[in-house]
Amino acid sequence: MTCPEPTAPATVAQIPPDARDVMSADDIARALRRIGHEIIERNKGASELVVLGIPTRGVALADRLAAAIGSVEGVEIPVGQLDVTLYRDDLRRQPTRPAGRSVIPEVGIDDRIVVLVDDVLYSGRTIRAALDALAELGRPRAVRLAVLVDRGHRELPIRADHVGKNLPTARNERVHVRVTEVDGEDVVRISGGDRR
Amino acid sequence: MNRHLISSADLTRHDVESILTTAESMHDVQRREVKKVPTLRGRTVINFFFEDSTRTRSSFEIAGKWMSADTINLSAKGSSASKGESLRDTALTVDAMAVDALVIRHNASGAARQVSEWVRCSVINAGDGTHEHPTQALLDAYTLRSRMGDLDGKHVAIVGDLTHSRVFRSNIITLHTLGAHVTVVAPPTLMPAGVREWSESDGFATSWDLDAVVDGDAPVDAMMMLRVQRERMTGGYFPTPREYTVGYGLTGERLARLVARNPDVLVMHPGPMNRGLEIAAEVADAPQSVVLDQVSAGVAVRMAVLYHLLAGETAESVEPVTQGAQA
Repeated sequence: MTCPEPTAPATVAQIPPDARDVMSADDIARALRRIGHEIIERNKGASELVVLGIPTRGVALADRLAAAIGSVEGVEIPVGQLDVTLYRDDLRRQPTRPAGRSVIPEVGIDDRIVVLVDDVLYSGRTIRAALDALAELGRPRAVRLAVLVDRGHRELPIRADHVGKNLPTARNERVHVRVTEVDGEDVVRISGGDRR
Repeated sequence: MNRHLISSADLTRHDVESILTTAESMHDVQRREVKKVPTLRGRTVINFFFEDSTRTRSSFEIAGKWMSADTINLSAKGSSASKGESLRDTALTVDAMAVDALVIRHNASGAARQVSEWVRCSVINAGDGTHEHPTQALLDAYTLRSRMGDLDGKHVAIVGDLTHSRVFRSNIITLHTLGAHVTVVAPPTLMPAGVREWSESDGFATSWDLDAVVDGDAPVDAMMMLRVQRERMTGGYFPTPREYTVGYGLTGERLARLVARNPDVLVMHPGPMNRGLEIAAEVADAPQSVVLDQVSAGVAVRMAVLYHLLAGETAESVEPVTQGAQA
């Protein structure tokens, strides 16, 4: 197989030995701090924000982003998670996986500015599913998208508002985001492809 | 996971845990204002009930609808089965309409397995005679897990008419799969033949004495009372209903003894209850009773079962055959 299915997950758990580091733990921390500042600047404060992570690794990143915004503004930012499995359009193409739970903060999402957080933006299909899932939970005033890595190859008209790192990739490359909460380390690696 | 759900033995521990995890997410959907997810849009589920049922049929129907599948209910009365059509012809007729799943309840043990060999769609056993009722066992496991966490090493007693109980057969399998210890209690006349050999291989204990289990060495974590099935009680299994209650009914006094041993004990009943026969009214309404939790879990668990059988890639292998049949 030369080219992964467009619907293959943007990140995979197993990392081949030829993977190269593209972001260190410090790079990730700096990117999240910068995104936090961008969000505060864009919304002129943090009063109406709700940060929702998309499982698995988006949840950890959302927690850290909310903490970063909160420490700058001196308030606690409501943070939760949004499981999109039931809204995916590629369920028929993949082995069934258990659906996870969504955790919406007490304040709800109605008339709030919801910041969706994911690790890698690739085809855009996960975000489309997330928008559908959000619509059934309430009506946010605005939805923004923050991702740690944008690797291109969009299949839908979706873009990120806040990007940690733009990473030009070939389709046959793989991006691996690892976070301490899930994998025990903070690093972004890239593997596969022809350029070596 | 298999394409069909016929027996609880079809499910590995991993399958059961996946379904119960998904069911938690479905339970969240059930509590929302918009109780609908688009996951099974365009799929058709037929509920074919040859036997009366309130909760199983309505919960399968609601489960399908909340998953955005089209669900259709058929019952033996009012279908061609009442004109003498054989089960095979009825099943093939429904299957020829290119449905995705057939949920079947039948009074003959083994009917679901038989139908699954004839049709191309997924078959879900919603109770076949005195054989199995796997979705009931899953929702019981879900109810137990949501109250007491992991079932490993927990002690569950199942009391009542074991001979005629499909709920009991599915439950011992699923509870064993999840690592719980099970003790089954019944009068000798309602203890299935050959249960001793069976209990050794599936790791459960048997008893004729409910009081011995209530006061036994291993405190009971959950007491599952089975319905005395009046429609099947034609063989003189016990002299009078009163005598059954004295020997095997969960009375307020027995519950008090259970609570004294274990304050967190749960009382379950698959319904419909015969209050005053196998379970006293005061016990059915006691704080330890999770009977209504079981009903509420029924929808979430059945949504999860439909999801695991129908949402994944397996359905695609069925499509070419369907097209061939239409040409």
